Amino acid sequence: MNFEFSEEQQLLREQARGFLTEYCSTSVVRAVLDGDEDWDASLWKKVAEMGWTATVIPEAYGGLGLSYYELAILAEEMGRSAAPLPFSSSIYLASEAIRHFGNESQKSEWLPKLASGECVATLAMVERAGRLVLDQLETRRVDSQITGYKVPVADASVADVAVVLARSDQGLEACLVPIKQEGVSIAPVLTFDTSRGHSAVTFDRAGAQALGDAPLNPADWERVIDGAAVLFAWEQLGVAESALIQARDYALQRFAFGRAIGSYQAIKHKLANMYVKNTLARSNAYYGVWALAEGSDELPLAAATARVAAIQASTYAAEENIQTHGGMGFTWEFDCHFYYRRAKLLSLAIGGEAVWQDRLVSALTEQTVAA
Amino acid sequence: MDFNDTSEEARFRQEAAAWLAENAPTDQTFRALSPLEQAKRWQKCKYDAGWACIGWAPEFGGRAASPIEEVIWRQEEGRYDLPSTFFLIGQGMIAPTLMAWANDEDKARYLPPLASGEEVWCQLFSEPAGGSDLAALRTRADRDGDGWVINGQKIWTSGAHFSDYGVIVVRTDPSVPKHKGLSYFYVDMKAPGVEIKPIKQLTGDSDFNEVYFTDVKVADSQRLGEVGQGWQVALTTLMNERAAIGGGFGQMDVSLALSVADKLEIDGRPALENGAVRARIADWYVQESGLKYTGYRSLTALSRGSLPGPENSIGKLVGAPKMQAMASFLIDLLGASGAIADEKLAVQAGIIQRAYMGAPGLRIAGGTDEIMANIIAERVLGLPQEPRLDKGIPFSEVPTG
Repeated sequence: MNFEFSEEQQLLREQARGFLTEYCSTSVVRAVLDGDEDWDASLWKKVAEMGWTATVIPEAYGGLGLSYYELAILAEEMGRSAAPLPFSSSIYLASEAIRHFGNESQKSEWLPKLASGECVATLAMVERAGRLVLDQLETRRVDSQITGYKVPVADASVADVAVVLARSDQGLEACLVPIKQEGVSIAPVLTFDTSRGHSAVTFDRAGAQALGDAPLNPADWERVIDGAAVLFAWEQLGVAESALIQARDYALQRFAFGRAIGSYQAIKHKLANMYVKNTLARSNAYYGVWALAEGSDELPLAAATARVAAIQASTYAAEENIQTHGGMGFTWEFDCHFYYRRAKLLSLAIGGEAVWQDRLVSALTEQTVAA
Repeated sequence: MDFNDTSEEARFRQEAAAWLAENAPTDQTFRALSPLEQAKRWQKCKYDAGWACIGWAPEFGGRAASPIEEVIWRQEEGRYDLPSTFFLIGQGMIAPTLMAWANDEDKARYLPPLASGEEVWCQLFSEPAGGSDLAALRTRADRDGDGWVINGQKIWTSGAHFSDYGVIVVRTDPSVPKHKGLSYFYVDMKAPGVEIKPIKQLTGDSDFNEVYFTDVKVADSQRLGEVGQGWQVALTTLMNERAAIGGGFGQMDVSLALSVADKLEIDGRPALENGAVRARIADWYVQESGLKYTGYRSLTALSRGSLPGPENSIGKLVGAPKMQAMASFLIDLLGASGAIADEKLAVQAGIIQRAYMGAPGLRIAGGTDEIMANIIAERVLGLPQEPRLDKGIPFSEVPTG
């Protein structure tokens, strides 16, 4: 049995945590949340210099060619510090889509720039409220032009290129659309987590090319989303851990009726529940990253399980962390709301709890039939 | 990461599997025996071949196997339908206590027959007045010449009716604070004055007993630890309890839920297509899978020769309420038929109803949900204990309500 990260991977975790503790303290998150910027550009530059943006991109395209185990570790640390960065958009989603579906010239053009961090990419998927249905996408590509409306798109305002999910005469497509061009207009959209920028993006006959040379098979697309779900789960786990630690520390230090509130069972049981959910989420995230890294057929089940567990753990920990803090947790001044915002935000991208519960049961029944 | 054995582990697994294939009894005469007789027969067979209590030192009947080898052995033995629960408390909890606290003579006398299943032991801790607050127990031992005489009542004693010996925590000094006035003995369950009465549970089964002690004489040599040191000795037993309990939660798993939800209909469609049903099944799978892979993480630690982290402490707290919730939900899906427990008429031969009726016991035994949550909060997260009103007060002056 070898169901644990290697020593080198553990070292990477320590290094990443040390780095983010130094360069991504909560004051960095607060500055983006409070200010007009949609990200911390200088932090992105440092993260790119550390090679994090290059982690799983193959060496042939300027990447480090490391495994998803390393990327999962970095994702958790990103979540732990609630980093105001487009890491998930650019790395888990867009880079992975380009890598999986792009033809040689598309990969050669974009992957090296995404690996070095000099370019940022995002994924534009959603068009309206409610569950995403691939068959009902209205964004259309005709020849080399794309037209449509996507909202919300995370990190579009800081991105250089978007992977846009659209339809053409061929069917479903992931299109590569450089953002800084005439036919693309970006309007800021206010969300409940302004430490990450969101936009409404209008494509009006913008220059676009479909990724790859063949139509996109929806099942292959879902495979990429499964992979992203595993990485999101690790980032959410980081958020959940930070919320638990913050709640624990406060429960030790805050006194009421002459004793630490952490000595009351009402608080203890709340924190124990957080620990239980976080532990289930961590073990399921291990399962997820194992399936992703080893290319297992179990990925759909493992990804959905990791995702549901991480959504439940992170939202519970973030909500109950504020509750543990009482009134102070509800203030702008305390940091509790960073995790509350981020946990929920990460739980919505690529579909929420109900979507992934549904996918989990589908994967479970399919896997049972196959076995 | 991978789920494979190291080459040493694989070799051990092969050896164990080969021995089991050769020796595990499957014949009709064996199956005709009572479960206890089957268990004793099988345990002795393992003992004679050096496959009983393999983690123990050879002088007590083991083979000094590593913790990961013990796990491998349990996995391989688990492939066969053989009774094993009769010896769990004795071998899993009491033996480690004897190894830590008994004198050499007693160890040599009692450990080998405990390993071979020829002698069965039970644990006499809980009392009507002391469950979660175990140290509030009132059964007393008083000096009687060179020995002691025990009077009082124990409760929730598993297997007392087929046990040869038991370990007991008693109060030897009520004038000092509660943890300080306890002592720990082993007793002969067949001694005069020991009376065992089965408890009928709400399931109708009787897995536990009340045990009454009336002027039961024990020798001072049957004491483990010093007089007044009983609490520390009891902690040795309790620390091994979570390792011995934990385990599985029967046949109530997600695959059962899937097969029930697949056959039943809601509004003319399989229940398995219903969103609310899918959400619940997904949540249980998250728990089931989370516990499974938490176990794999602990096994990895053992395989690498290090101690597992505290993550395993969540097992019972997740598993027992899950079993109750799942049984409750599936019974509800069955509608009015969900009440049928008759094996011949009930869906899944009444497994679900039995699970529902048995679940309250699992949520209480070996530490209630609430006590398990306290343990996680205090030992894992480092939160302070609740202030205790009986702290530092002589036991005889503690309010009892």
